[in-house]
Amino acid sequence: MFGDIFNAQFVASSIRVAIPLALAGLGGVFSERSGVINIGLEGMILSGAFAAVAVTNFTQNPWAGVLGAILVGILLGLIHAITCITFKANQIVSGVAINLFSSGITVFFSWLLFGETQIMVKSNLPIWGLPLPDIGEGSTFVRNIIVMFAHHSPLVYLTIVIFILAHLIIYKTPFGLRLRSVGEYPQAADTMGVNIIKMRYIAVMTSGALAGLAGSFLSLEQAHFFVKEMSGGRGFIALAAMIFGKWTPLGTAGAALLFGFGEALAMRLQGVLAIPVQFIHMVPYLLAIFVLVSAIGRATPMAAVGIPYEKEIG
Amino acid sequence: MPEIALEMKNITKRFPLVVANDKVSFTVYKGEIHALVGENGAGKSTLMSILYGLYQADSGKIFINGEKVSIANPNVAINLKIGMVHQHFMLVPPLTVTENIILGMEPKKNNIFIDMENATKRVEELSKSMGFKIDSKAKIENISVGIQQRVEIIKVLYRGAEILVMDEPTAVLTPQEVEDLFEILRSLKKQGKTIIFITHKLNEVKALSDRVTVMRRGKVVGVKDTKDTNQEEIASLMVGRKVIFDIEKKPHSPGKTALKVEKLKALSNKGLPAVKNISFEIKEGEILGFAGVEGNGQTELVEVITGLRPASSGKIFLYDHDITNYSPRSIREDKIAHIPEDRKQRGIISNYTVAENLILGSHYRSPFNKGLALNFTAINNHANNLIKDFDIRPSDKDNFLKSLSGGNQQKVIVARELYGEPKLLIAAQPTRGLDVGSIEFVHQQILNERDKGKAILLISADLEEILSLSDRIAVIYEGEIVDVLDPKKTDENEIGLLMTGSTANKKLSKAK
Repeated sequence: MFGDIFNAQFVASSIRVAIPLALAGLGGVFSERSGVINIGLEGMILSGAFAAVAVTNFTQNPWAGVLGAILVGILLGLIHAITCITFKANQIVSGVAINLFSSGITVFFSWLLFGETQIMVKSNLPIWGLPLPDIGEGSTFVRNIIVMFAHHSPLVYLTIVIFILAHLIIYKTPFGLRLRSVGEYPQAADTMGVNIIKMRYIAVMTSGALAGLAGSFLSLEQAHFFVKEMSGGRGFIALAAMIFGKWTPLGTAGAALLFGFGEALAMRLQGVLAIPVQFIHMVPYLLAIFVLVSAIGRATPMAAVGIPYEKEIG
Repeated sequence: MPEIALEMKNITKRFPLVVANDKVSFTVYKGEIHALVGENGAGKSTLMSILYGLYQADSGKIFINGEKVSIANPNVAINLKIGMVHQHFMLVPPLTVTENIILGMEPKKNNIFIDMENATKRVEELSKSMGFKIDSKAKIENISVGIQQRVEIIKVLYRGAEILVMDEPTAVLTPQEVEDLFEILRSLKKQGKTIIFITHKLNEVKALSDRVTVMRRGKVVGVKDTKDTNQEEIASLMVGRKVIFDIEKKPHSPGKTALKVEKLKALSNKGLPAVKNISFEIKEGEILGFAGVEGNGQTELVEVITGLRPASSGKIFLYDHDITNYSPRSIREDKIAHIPEDRKQRGIISNYTVAENLILGSHYRSPFNKGLALNFTAINNHANNLIKDFDIRPSDKDNFLKSLSGGNQQKVIVARELYGEPKLLIAAQPTRGLDVGSIEFVHQQILNERDKGKAILLISADLEEILSLSDRIAVIYEGEIVDVLDPKKTDENEIGLLMTGSTANKKLSKAK
């Protein structure tokens, strides 16, 4: 039984499941590093998922769908930025509003454009990588390696590139240094001539772009359809991954893989164990809670996160 | 006529309700150390914020090296070679020394990445040129306040500053660190830099500056050559009346033992020993001053005595009555009053009114409480009486505490704590951040209590305060009392050395 569950296919599916969590979690990293809580990731994923399917089906081009999802994410990020940064509204409330808005607007447009709330994807992205040898042909080891790491959606490789870039940007470039400073002590950054407002807008919109991309992966690559509420709490799991990853890109990627592993495990265990399926579906969420309350998951957030920037008067 | 580095002419800046700068003119010569003094709210910080581009003046002109400039934001100020070291350090705690210094002006390689190697080299060169070493890879959160200040200074020099504004730089330093800072500033002056030094400590003006500009209520009230003036003159300009500097103290006549602390031990928030085996007594009519660098167990000691932190062992007696590990409420009921060191966190509730703040801690007792409801007639009468007795301004009991100045907030705390005749008064940093007038007031109140026969535990980072008020001085270092001194037979130097753990030096000097 063990071998049936933990095989190369399982690793590959853990990676696939982890992708949306990782991308949205990275979005959270950018936003919170700049000092803005983005609880609206959930809604941004959902809207991205819908936009990806809608644009793909209209253009017959899944790449256009991916781009559409990113643009919708950026737009929602812009709305969050305007309410939280310019109008200094409560960031949690704004995020919740984005989530509720996304639930409604996606259903509205899917009725309006397609007449139903479950829309099949009409055109798929290609698989990139090495051709998969048939079972029995050649070495099993080589086949397993290909299954795990070299036979994926282009978005999987894109995600890896994005994470490497994000790491370099945050830790090695002036932009990254400024980003890290505005979330911790914006007054200090301001006296050094860093434009807090601009930095935060860029960060929150980047966050939206990444969450939108996460949504496109979810609908185009994982499910091959859009259905209402399909984000299913991934935005919140992504936030947990971000915290568990201590607001670093690589840590977030690791945490997302762990949660992806949990979800893949839950899928595998269905029907294998004599446990109601609902309990099995709790696995990733229980894992998230366990990780966050245990010592390894404890971390200090950015000092200025959640606080709109205001110059002191005095 | 010396060359003029900076001239601000007829600067006016209004905030809602207050004119912070009223036609202020301010001139600084090249290469001088110029002290800018005034009470809190006199407009010093506003004037400097305008110079640094954090605020825009409503009217007025600024000239740098004779050229008219308009400073729209800090970037412009930095380009004009103006640097500012803020009172609250503008350093990002989780970033390293180098990262903080280069922030906003990062050297690049390949046009994309930060050139860390080059940055580190620059930082080390700059610190070397000022005669100290600095660990450029250390995170700010792991280095001392004194070192952080050096990082701030390097930060402005890195930006090529020729005019340095230092906003109350000594407020957070130990006496030795102050001496080191003065050395650094003198060496910067030798390098030809111009330094504006904001302070309200007049001995520092005398020790360091070439000229001094005095502000009061948004106006410049005097510009003097330091050598032609004295502390009394500057103080009376600042306050607008004569200030009594020498505190008149009646002779020390201690009575019965009021507070006795025996072998007290307590842990810090991190679970490490913070108070290590401390024993002392305070008698009626006596002020025991605790001198020490902050973070050496003073905070924890006060918290244990007031019931806010458990003692891990040892005993505390108030008139032979064991109060160890009593709840804060029962300790208050035993008449121990507490002026807490962190005014905003523990002293007041800034969103409550003056009247409400004046009954905190006795709000549940008669006459302020009758059955389920508060008795507002009693509360208001109480407030009006204390506002009059303690001269709290503005005198409206319905003002929110956050709208009061620091000095008046402190008066509210003092009034509340002294009400009801406490047996023991614990005053922790009672004059921190207050202006000359308020300091004088608080000192007078503490001395009155002493003369009424109360026991007083005074904790202060201000050695002058400790020396002038205390009847006995306990020096605390790393959670232990290293020595108890007679204020008449010691001085700042001796205490300062003891505070930093240099007992060896002390023994040497005694041997001589």
